[in-house]
Amino acid sequence: MRLVHIASNTFREAVRDRVLYNLIAFALLMSGAAILVGQISIDIERLVVINLGLTAVSLFGLVIAIFIGIGLVSKEIDRRTLYTVLSRPVRRWEFIVGKFLGLAGTLAVNTVCMAIGVFAALLYVSHHFQKADGWLLVALYFIILQFLIITALALLFSSFSSPLLSAVFAFALFVIGCFAEDLRGFASMTQGVTRWVATGAAYLVPNFSALNVISSVAHEQPVSGQLIFYNTAYALIYAAMALCGAVLVFEHRNLK
Amino acid sequence: MAAIEILGLEKTYTVGFWRKKPKLALRPLHLKVEEGEIFGFLGPNGAGKTTTLKLLMGLVFPTAGSARILGMEVNDPRMKAQIGFLPEQPYFYDYLTARELLEYYGQLSGVASKERSRKVKEVLERVGLPDAAGTQLRKFSKGMLQRVGIAQAILHDPKVVFFDEPMSGLDPMGRREVRDLMEQLKHEGKTVFFSTHILSDAEALCDRVAIIHKGELRGIGAVADLTSSVHGKVELVWEGTKVPQSLRTLDAECHVTGDTVRAVIPEARQDVALEALKREGLRLISLTPVRMSLEDYFVQQLKPSDLAVGVTS
Repeated sequence: MRLVHIASNTFREAVRDRVLYNLIAFALLMSGAAILVGQISIDIERLVVINLGLTAVSLFGLVIAIFIGIGLVSKEIDRRTLYTVLSRPVRRWEFIVGKFLGLAGTLAVNTVCMAIGVFAALLYVSHHFQKADGWLLVALYFIILQFLIITALALLFSSFSSPLLSAVFAFALFVIGCFAEDLRGFASMTQGVTRWVATGAAYLVPNFSALNVISSVAHEQPVSGQLIFYNTAYALIYAAMALCGAVLVFEHRNLK
Repeated sequence: MAAIEILGLEKTYTVGFWRKKPKLALRPLHLKVEEGEIFGFLGPNGAGKTTTLKLLMGLVFPTAGSARILGMEVNDPRMKAQIGFLPEQPYFYDYLTARELLEYYGQLSGVASKERSRKVKEVLERVGLPDAAGTQLRKFSKGMLQRVGIAQAILHDPKVVFFDEPMSGLDPMGRREVRDLMEQLKHEGKTVFFSTHILSDAEALCDRVAIIHKGELRGIGAVADLTSSVHGKVELVWEGTKVPQSLRTLDAECHVTGDTVRAVIPEARQDVALEALKREGLRLISLTPVRMSLEDYFVQQLKPSDLAVGVTS
């Protein structure tokens, strides 16, 4: 139960710190894009709106995941709010996992709100929904899976380094992760030790490219059930491992 | 069973990035606090008081030694449900109202939902903040935050309460109220362990005190015992503003305040001084031996070791 209390307090903090205000910026962006696209593009309005909308959902969420994620622990230590929490019957792992769930919940709510905006813009430019639009839900689900991974990584980095470095590490891993498939391709072309190192690095970084199906769904291509299953398992395992790392570091940390 | 038992607790931090150096924060500390006591943990700034409290709360890990609270290890959640802690200069989630914060802490402490609202209301009244329940903490003054801090520490009716500098940031009325509250807690059978460098508070409140300096325990005992040793001097107080000439030759330290005179003289010259007052027709108000104050004892404990004991830095 304590996990739920910590998670709901984290969610409340995000809401009261006006994190969800980003939705206003997103709404303005989508409205502007829908109106503009309707005027300047012929036959590809749907494609443009989906690409722009889902990319914006991904980027807005990414920024929130990194910038709130890196402060989840360090801010509590700096402000010493953690002292009155950990002096209660709260285990350190419960605190970390509760914080993670709270931010993940915030991001999920945020994504759902933005998704409504994307569908509204799509309806505006297409005047009707079509069956292939259902795949947008899968793309949005994959985006949420990306947020889980990046939030867990931000938490991991912030459990042992400064907020600035944590942000740099998390963002760098996101960028590298977007090119994970290319990295694997590069590894297969090399030989000897380089091959081992490149292959290791390719499998160590989170594979965000596999979780990005925005372009496919924009072109009305279906997403296989197998990919949904593998991506779900991959994201959950990766996030759980990063979270375990964060817990391990935090369990042994002196809160000076 | 002792409420708090500290067995050789020791803490050394490592400082520096490249060339790491050990920094001793707490030398092996042995201490026992009995149930129902108000125990003062005294020391100047940087003495190791907060480090000790953090070790007891499980916020930092000891280099050596151990501690038990209510017979349980410091990281035992069952024990943590029975203690309250006010950190030094507390800061809370400022986006919450006082009521919301206490509700949240009540949840974490396992207070049943049926009782929670009632307890929050009661504790806010107890610390003098009933009208601020719905105000966000970012609008609170330092003194109000301190009161909220005390409220969260006693909300769940703990058996042992730890206060780190509880009078900090409070005005004289606030300090008085906190002193009264600590006495109430004692009457309720709770153990109070508090750190302070304000000796008058400790002298007024504590059953026993420990003095710590540069991470080392310098003295421990009942306040009455520590301050019972006599200086070999007596204090005379008499009416009027006149100081007899013969007293001036007795090494007397005389202070005229309003219409009374206070004089401290060697105990051996007491009879001579009384005779002089009688001769001059001055009315004696009191004659008391001069006892060592807690402040005198405190200063005495800090001085010798400063010269003899060095702390690695």
